[in-house]
Amino acid sequence: MTILTSHDAGLDLETALRELALTAPATVRARALIGVGLADAWATLPSPLGPIAVVWNGRGVSWIDRADDPAALEERFGVRVGRSLTRTVAVPDRLARAVESRLAGNRRIRIPLDLRGRTPFEVAVWMKALEIPRGEVRPYGWIAAEIGHPRAVRAVGSALAHNPVPLVVPCHRVVRSDGSIGQYSLGGPAAKRTILAAEGLATDDLEATGRAGVRYLGSATTRIVCLPTCHHARRITERHRRPFASMPAALAAGYRACRSCRPASGSAAAA
Amino acid sequence: MDPDVALAAHLAANLDRGFPALVDAHASRLYTIALRLLGVPGDAEEVAQDALIRAYRALDGYEATRILELQLRPWLATITINLARNRRRRIADRRPAISLGPLVDAGLEPAERGESGPAIQAERADTRRLLAAALLELTPSVRAAVVLRHVDGLSVAETAAALRVPEGTVKAQVHRGLARLRTHLDALEDRGGNRPSGAARPAPHPASITVEEPTA
Repeated sequence: MTILTSHDAGLDLETALRELALTAPATVRARALIGVGLADAWATLPSPLGPIAVVWNGRGVSWIDRADDPAALEERFGVRVGRSLTRTVAVPDRLARAVESRLAGNRRIRIPLDLRGRTPFEVAVWMKALEIPRGEVRPYGWIAAEIGHPRAVRAVGSALAHNPVPLVVPCHRVVRSDGSIGQYSLGGPAAKRTILAAEGLATDDLEATGRAGVRYLGSATTRIVCLPTCHHARRITERHRRPFASMPAALAAGYRACRSCRPASGSAAAA
Repeated sequence: MDPDVALAAHLAANLDRGFPALVDAHASRLYTIALRLLGVPGDAEEVAQDALIRAYRALDGYEATRILELQLRPWLATITINLARNRRRRIADRRPAISLGPLVDAGLEPAERGESGPAIQAERADTRRLLAAALLELTPSVRAAVVLRHVDGLSVAETAAALRVPEGTVKAQVHRGLARLRTHLDALEDRGGNRPSGAARPAPHPASITVEEPTA
C-alpha cells in the first residue's frame, strides 16, 4: 500500500485530511433540536391511570397525555403544540424520578415545565392548582378567587381543561363547588375519580356531602371552618364536626376561616 | 454570497425559525471536529449536539446586530473545541488510556462514494484510518489547529480566531502537525503495517486541549 509517498506528499496529506470530514449521525440533529425546545421526545411512565406519555424537551415537560395510541398522541401534539414529536426508549432518569416523586405526592420536587405560548392567566391557574395538596380538592371558584379573578370561574375551568401537563399540574384536584367531580381532560370523570381515589380521597363521600348541601366543615372545639377535604377538616371527630352550607352561616356561628385551605376564597362565586 | 451571512441574517430575524438551518449547515462539521479531536464517536455526538445547544442559548441572548456580525464557522468551532476539551478531561478520568484500534475499526469512517473500484476504496479507507489514528497522537493544541485548518477547512485567519491565538501560532502549529503526521505515517509504512494495532500503540496524549495558550 502506498500512503502519501509521492513528491507532492504535502498536497496529498492535506487532501487526505480533508477526507476525514464525516456526516453527523441523524441523532445529533434530532437531539440538538430537542435540546433547545424546537422538537420534543416522549416515553411512558407509570401512573394511577396506567402508563402515561410524558413529552419533554430541553426546556422541560411540555405535554402529558394518554399513551394508548402513539399515532394519535403524536398527531394531537402536532396540532396543539406545532412541533415534531419522537418516541424514545425512556424518560431521562432525573426527570422520571421527579415526575414519579410528584405523582407520589411530593409537591416540593422541582419539575421544569415548558409552558411557552400559554397565557399568564392559564399559567396562574396551573400554578395555583399546584398548591392543592394530594388527597384534597378545591372548587373552581376557589382558584379564581385565589388568583385575583373571582368572577372568572368559567375561564378557570377552561384553563384547567387545557392543562398541557395533567397529573404533574394536578388539575384533577379541582372540582365543582357542590362536590361533584366535573370534567377531566385526561380520560373524563372516571379517570379523575381513579386518580383522586389513588390519592386517598373518597370521592363517593365527597359527592354525598355535596348533595347533602354541605360546603364547609367546622370544628366545635377550635371554632375553625374548612373546606370538606382540608386535612384539618378530616381530623375533626364526628362529635365536634359542624356542617355549613355557606361561609356567612359559618361566620355568623362564630367560626373563623382555616388559614390552610382558605375556604372564604370563592365562597361568593360558589354560593 | 457566503451562505453563513444569509444564515446569520435568518438567525437574527427569528432564532427559532433559523436554528434548524444552522443545524443542517453545521452539525456535520462540528461532529467531525469533535470526533477528530476525541476519537470516540459517542462522545463526539454528545459534544456536537451540546455545542449546537450552547450556540442556540448564546444566540438567544445576543442582540440582532451582534448575531449579524458573527463569523459562524469559527464561532461554532470555538464552542465545539471548548466542549471537547472538557469532555477530554472527563474521558481521561474515566479511562486512563484509550485503545484506538477497535474504535477506529468500529465504523468511524464515512460511507464510500461510489465512483471508484473496491481496491481504491479500501486503500482510501485504510489511509483515513491511519490518518485519524495519527491525528489523535498529536498534542491537543497542535491537533486542534490541524483539524480546524485541514479537516474542517477553515482559513488560517478563521482558525486563529477559533483558537484565540495569533495567526503565526496557527501556521507554526499546523506546520508542526503536518510534519509529525507525515513522519508518523512513514514510520507505519516502514513497519509494513497498514493497520494500527491498539495494543502496540502508545496511548494518545492525555493532556487537555488548550486553545488559549500560544505555544509558538
